[in-house]
Amino acid sequence: MISLAGRDILHAWGKFVFTGIGLGLLIGVTLTMAGVYRGMVDDARVLLDNSGADLWVVQRDTLGPYAESSSLHDDVWRGVRGLPGVARVANVTYLTMQVRQGERDVRAMVTGITAGERGLPGWPPHLVAGRQITRGHYEAVADVASGFKLGERIQIRRNAYRVVGLTRRMVSSSGDPMVFIPLRDAQEAQFLKDNEAIRQERRRTADNPAFNRPGVPGLLDAVIDSQSSNPYVNAVLVQLAPGHAAATVADSIRRWKRLTVYTRPQMEEILVGKLIATSARQIGMFLVILAIVSAAIVAFIIYTLTLGKIREIAVLKLIGTRNRTIAALILQQAIALGVIGFAVGKITATFWAPVFPKYVLLQPLDSVIGFGAVMVICVLASVIAIRAALKVDPAEAIGG
Amino acid sequence: MSGKGIRIEGLTKRYGRGDTAVDALKGVDMQVAPGEVVGLIGPSGSGKSTLLKCLGAVIEPTAGRMILGDEVIYDDGWRVGDLRALRRDRIGFVFQAPYLIPFLDVTDNVALLPMLAGQPNAESRRRALELLQGLDVQHRARAMPSQLSGGEQQRVAIARGLVNRPPVILADEPTAPLDSERALGVMRILNRMARRFETAIIVVTHDEKIIPTFRRIYHIRDGVTYEEAGEGRGFD
Repeated sequence: MISLAGRDILHAWGKFVFTGIGLGLLIGVTLTMAGVYRGMVDDARVLLDNSGADLWVVQRDTLGPYAESSSLHDDVWRGVRGLPGVARVANVTYLTMQVRQGERDVRAMVTGITAGERGLPGWPPHLVAGRQITRGHYEAVADVASGFKLGERIQIRRNAYRVVGLTRRMVSSSGDPMVFIPLRDAQEAQFLKDNEAIRQERRRTADNPAFNRPGVPGLLDAVIDSQSSNPYVNAVLVQLAPGHAAATVADSIRRWKRLTVYTRPQMEEILVGKLIATSARQIGMFLVILAIVSAAIVAFIIYTLTLGKIREIAVLKLIGTRNRTIAALILQQAIALGVIGFAVGKITATFWAPVFPKYVLLQPLDSVIGFGAVMVICVLASVIAIRAALKVDPAEAIGG
Repeated sequence: MSGKGIRIEGLTKRYGRGDTAVDALKGVDMQVAPGEVVGLIGPSGSGKSTLLKCLGAVIEPTAGRMILGDEVIYDDGWRVGDLRALRRDRIGFVFQAPYLIPFLDVTDNVALLPMLAGQPNAESRRRALELLQGLDVQHRARAMPSQLSGGEQQRVAIARGLVNRPPVILADEPTAPLDSERALGVMRILNRMARRFETAIIVVTHDEKIIPTFRRIYHIRDGVTYEEAGEGRGFD
């Protein structure tokens, strides 16, 4: 049996290809939107994966350290370390801020990591250049997405750091590149005040008779000293010893330390289900609108193409062509348009995804679902044109 | 194959109901033998197109009888089951404009009908090429319709009408867009093909140039036909 749709497409291939390219760009945008959502989810997962932690110990009754602020004393880790099932622990701080480099500044998540043995939780697990932090101060490892180069000096608050290592895919749940610095520096950066504010604070403390007692020498100095240091961290990251269940160890920490502890699935639920939920809904709305717009465009194109063939359809019906043959002609053209559009959309999305400032993850499953959706849209969109074609009176070919 | 041409008896077509009813055909009688080419002539609004549509199984008559070959198609309100298949297999159409399918080449335009009827593509194309040869357009077999002259397009349209060897061909103003020479050329072809395939051909026309070529002419006016002998000039 001859393929009328195929012949029509071959005859007017330019029209089909250019229409398909137009539709493809729209499909490319739709696939990219899905990729942006997947990228956000992946960023969240990567943040958890690359932290190397099995448990996150945070301030009681908070969703910290990513979704809410959390503050723990920096000696909490000692008590946690002694519990059964805990292999390694490390303090960590997170601070999202503008990091200056020369004349420019980059939004980054500055992460304070515990100096010490390599591979502690919180450390960047792999480097693409340079080395890990080895000194206790003023060294940094940055994600390549920050644009910082090895050996460059960057400014975090009042202190300058030298970039000694570069890592990759270490980003916050918002997609900001991470910059790792020693924990002490990060603690200082988190609460660092300017000199005038420090002077004012000391004066206030000295004026307070509760802290400045003539009969207790050294009290004022001790209070001022405690005020000028930051003994807090945002979370304690825990790695489990082999053979221990995360839920059991988490229960143990909750019971004995009266802290909130999250396992990996719980933390993922917080990040994906709460932190990026609104963005996900926003993208979902865009996807729905784009799907409707795509359907409307395909329907309009197919309807217009069909109207352009009314006389031929009337002749085909007059000479005895079955309705299903005519419907197949239109349906096959709609599907062909969808296939061309999807191919163009997939290719364009693949090429422009790396150019986006935030991570765009194009998953094969999304492509399969997208292809299915395009096919369904094309089939539904062709219904109007098929109805119009089937209503054509074969007598129109005769006229009169 | 050809059978006994086409015969209609007392064919009536009424549009509308009650006071607004209009009788477009009022008991039309007509008979065209296999191999014969007759003219159907009438002014606008005379019922020509309605008769053509009834003959072409596009609309159903209100009453009367139509026999195509040996088969009764209409009989006072009864009709044969599948009019679409009837149009495909037993009636050929040639239009005022050729109305070739623009995305099919000449061969496939002609071969389309047997293909739609389920004939193998190769066999359908062989039959199409045979016909194209008979109509002297075999050299344009691979051309697209837009690459043909008006006369060539009309010859391809005639080949399409003939490809299923129908007992009757209905030609609606087939020479209207052509000059005298080409119009007479088309009539020559229709006469030759009618004899070769024993097909009854009814040509609806206003074209003064070709009226003298008919041996028999049916005039239609106000839904009534009457027969007249033609000159039958030129195609003996």
